[in-house]
Amino acid sequence: MNDTRPAGATSPFEIRIEEKTHLSADGTALVAIRDFALDVAPESMTVLMGPSGCGKTTLLRIVAGLDDRFTGSVGIPSGARIGLMFQEPRLLPWRTVRQNIELVAAPDFSADDLERLAQSVGIADMLPRYPQELSLGLARRVALARAFATKPDLLLLDEPFVSLDERTADRLRRLLLEVWQARPTTALLVTHNAREAILLADELVLLAPRPTHVIAVERIAVPQGKRDTKTIEAIHADLLRRYPANFLAS
Amino acid sequence: MTVIDARHDAVWGMRILRGPFISVLSVGGFLLIWFIAAEIAQSRLLPGPGAVLEYIYRESVYGDLLTELGITLWRVAASFAVAMLIGSVIGLAMGQMPALDRALDPWLIVFLNLPALVIIILAYVWFGLNEAAAIGAVALNKIPNVVVTLREGARALDPGLDEMARAYRLSPLSKLRNVTLPQLQPYFAAASRSGISLIWKIVLVVELLGRPNGVGFELHLNFQLFNVTAILGYTLAFVAVMLAIEYLLVQPIERHSTRWRNKPV
Repeated sequence: MNDTRPAGATSPFEIRIEEKTHLSADGTALVAIRDFALDVAPESMTVLMGPSGCGKTTLLRIVAGLDDRFTGSVGIPSGARIGLMFQEPRLLPWRTVRQNIELVAAPDFSADDLERLAQSVGIADMLPRYPQELSLGLARRVALARAFATKPDLLLLDEPFVSLDERTADRLRRLLLEVWQARPTTALLVTHNAREAILLADELVLLAPRPTHVIAVERIAVPQGKRDTKTIEAIHADLLRRYPANFLAS
Repeated sequence: MTVIDARHDAVWGMRILRGPFISVLSVGGFLLIWFIAAEIAQSRLLPGPGAVLEYIYRESVYGDLLTELGITLWRVAASFAVAMLIGSVIGLAMGQMPALDRALDPWLIVFLNLPALVIIILAYVWFGLNEAAAIGAVALNKIPNVVVTLREGARALDPGLDEMARAYRLSPLSKLRNVTLPQLQPYFAAASRSGISLIWKIVLVVELLGRPNGVGFELHLNFQLFNVTAILGYTLAFVAVMLAIEYLLVQPIERHSTRWRNKPV
């Protein structure tokens, strides 16, 4: 699979943000990110974890190329395909589920690929439906399928399971892992949920409150497939001891 | 009466309320009142529906009614196309660019409030009694309304979907077709709706003032002859055409483009 990737995609994606400032409504400047440096390892799941409002979404929008008003650089090879899952599904309500996925799919993404992907995230029956007919959980699955349909070189996930009930969220996390492991992709996920982070991460990046920067990068050695509740709690306890400020709240 | 019968009756009642029955009843009632009024008045100034329908038939077969209708309809279509095209472009630009909005806003208010008659007279005076002046004057009367509606549409565009389109690197054409235009569809529909009715009213004035043909010209002619049958005949014929456009063209298109809405979860 490596040989189909653009040259350079197997080297880490370098994210260097010197400063990102928001202008609030009354004109005061608010520094959201300062001296942020991270190398995202290829074909691994990097999870950014930080308190709410620390600038995680801002960071992801910069990496996705949606915001270029910052100083620094984001080293993504030109032509790299991006799959992005927002906090809300953001599907086009006037297109069917199938059309929503096909619209952004990679050129070599066949009808068979679509059927297979839809099967694996459990939306095969929903393809001819319109998004309004779906529950939030199902719409999230469609958004997940859409992100994978681009055959992304970089998969970005912005708190993709927020505001779902815990059971649905957990099922979707396992689903994400399954689809992701079937085609390992460089993935960057942000969350404020510690257990979600520990379940999914190869590399767990702990972020400081605003202005945000990297506090530490923890490598989680246990493969995702073997992380049961007990393992997760053990890792959590260990991290809580070492980074109380980051894990106390959750 | 059994319970089942009662339910059957209720279903029938619902079907009657939903179908075209009430619309037909309403139009039939109007014709009846008209007929009775004409019978009572017995005047040349209020011919009954029979006389008017007969006039329409006679003028369509032996006279110029269809030609005149066609000419007017062409002017309506041309003015409508020009007004929608220019109005949409300006409206969308104003909705997206606050500076442009501030620059053009006073002019928008001026044109919104300028009487149609002033624009028509000035167009004829400055550009001559020709087709281009006529169509331009009608379009100019409609453009401000299209601008206002489409400006609202542009302001209401969902920034979330815009980000989605950018993140997934949609081409500008694909984004326009799949993301932007569907969001503007209700605004286009609203502008077209009010547009067609406004335009056809103004087209008649333009024809009356400076064209040698069309429904407006015929109305003017028959006004001078005090031929109320002809005036009602032309009016009715044109209203029938507009109703046909509404029911056979506008509504089916609208149903098709909003089929994704209001589906139960």
